[in-house]
Amino acid sequence: MSSAGFELGGNRLARRRRVNFGMEALAWVAAALAVSVLVVMVYAVARRGWSQLNLDLITKQPIPFSFTNAPQGLSNAFAGTIVLVAIATLMALPVGILVAVYLNEFAPPTIRSAVTLVLDILNGVPAIVIGIFVYGLVVLGHGQSGFAGSFALACLMLPLVARATMEVLALVPNSLREAALGLGVARWRTTVSIVLPQTIGGVLTGTVLAVARVAGETAPLLFTSSLVGNRPSWNPGHALQSIPVAIFELSESSDPKDHARAWAAAFVLLLFIMLASLGARWLALRSRRKLTAG
Amino acid sequence: MSAADLAEAARRPFTGRRVRFGDLLLQLVAGAAALATTVLVGLIVWKVIDGAHLSISKFGLGFVTRIAWNPVPGHELYGAASFLFGTAVTSFSALLLATPLAIGIALFLTELAPRSLQAPVTALVETLAAIPSVVVGLWGILVLGPTLRDHVEPALHGALGFIPLFGPKGAGASVFTAIVVLTIMILPIVASISRELFLSVPRELKEGALALGTTRWEMVRGVMFPYARGGIAAALILGFGRAIGEAIAVTQVIGGGVWIHWNLFDTGDTLGAKIAASYQGASTNLQASSLIYLGLILLAFSLVVNLAAQWVVRRAARKQGATRGGRG
Repeated sequence: MSSAGFELGGNRLARRRRVNFGMEALAWVAAALAVSVLVVMVYAVARRGWSQLNLDLITKQPIPFSFTNAPQGLSNAFAGTIVLVAIATLMALPVGILVAVYLNEFAPPTIRSAVTLVLDILNGVPAIVIGIFVYGLVVLGHGQSGFAGSFALACLMLPLVARATMEVLALVPNSLREAALGLGVARWRTTVSIVLPQTIGGVLTGTVLAVARVAGETAPLLFTSSLVGNRPSWNPGHALQSIPVAIFELSESSDPKDHARAWAAAFVLLLFIMLASLGARWLALRSRRKLTAG
Repeated sequence: MSAADLAEAARRPFTGRRVRFGDLLLQLVAGAAALATTVLVGLIVWKVIDGAHLSISKFGLGFVTRIAWNPVPGHELYGAASFLFGTAVTSFSALLLATPLAIGIALFLTELAPRSLQAPVTALVETLAAIPSVVVGLWGILVLGPTLRDHVEPALHGALGFIPLFGPKGAGASVFTAIVVLTIMILPIVASISRELFLSVPRELKEGALALGTTRWEMVRGVMFPYARGGIAAALILGFGRAIGEAIAVTQVIGGGVWIHWNLFDTGDTLGAKIAASYQGASTNLQASSLIYLGLILLAFSLVVNLAAQWVVRRAARKQGATRGGRG
């Protein structure tokens, strides 16, 4: 390659070494910068969040425009996030697994690559656009509700779950399928009771990661489940508050007391997401070892 | 049994693959799920166009080039130009800052890092990707914004103030803060994809170059970059798409404003940020429709960006396959 025509000779060698040294130093600096940004950000959230953390955050409801020092919390947001994410998972998980099963076990190559592309496109649609879509589809006719919010979150989860399931399905050795079919087992039984059980670990990993991702999503909920009461509610028929939307609203407030609660909620959210990612990583290692060992 | 039936039976293969009800059912249900996913994407496009219809029929394509956002009833006038400008400035700048950093991190992780640092730093970079945008935004508005305003922006203005980009400092919310926030958000995405690409470079190629006497950097430039070029381009396109579509963190730090200017230290707005900031309700149907029109532009961008990334990946794969086949 002409652009990389390497010169030889004493002085040039020294220069080449200097360039090499400079570039290696830059790579070190880039890595150090990324790590320090993460550390600074997590430390900022942890320091401010930790000092504000107490049981009131989970058990007490918010009191807007309160000028007293009565203890406030975000119990409505915690209850809401649990309901929203649970329903979204119930919607996205079965569909995502079925899509992956169809693409990996049944679909002809052209349909397979077409639907994979559709999944990638869905994955690339900005979360705020998903919010607008569900607003137009559901909210304009029926008003905001927990179901509308869950559906928006499910649209984000679906491609993640489907992709993760496809990846583990591809790892299941073909000899397993052939052995089952050779013994005269029906194709659907092979898929349901031989192939799918092998993928449980991987599917679980993908699901945990998807849950961690949507638990922190604000944009899809702004238009679908944000006009909420202060009382904690478990009823998805009405709009439900969520932790990210609560953080978003509190962060734009001018009251330092609101900021304090925003930090505390952000700390809890971050803790949950990091634990979930760590758990997913561990699960992935375990299930991969199992699949490749067998 | 008639002769026709016998002939029919003889033609049937011995294996006798009768159609099993369970097979058919699973294939139908799974196929329906795949179809539903495809329909969902179509529905998204249709619903967003449908919601923007009022604004499209009123303003047409002129919407895209007009700088206006006036919701006063009777004098309503809307346009996307300032938001498009803000989106372009923030996304391109973030990409410009993130690209060398991300490639540097990926090279560090694959070539330079001692074994004991590789796993933890990789995990940390991936953790950075998992932080929700609202938390990045909270940090951006309460910590990063004031820090940049008090320390970084005056320094840049003092040193480079003759360039209009680095004008006098603003109020804390600024385009510059949004650029830094977006850089932090797309950095881990590009870095982790690049890392995987660098890991996939065949060892013989790398060792061959080193054995010819190249320095490590020359090996990276002459062997690894050409090998991973297509994939890195796709990763950059995807990161760019992420930056365009980010709404929450940007709306928290950018400050808003319907205007076009080159001072990075003043406020601005992007497509996504404008939509997110207006969630508490539009006063008129036309305003709501115009917000959805902004969403439609965003959706179109995301489609183009995704298809471009796919195209780049496929082209690179085909090329690599071709050269490998030619040599083998």
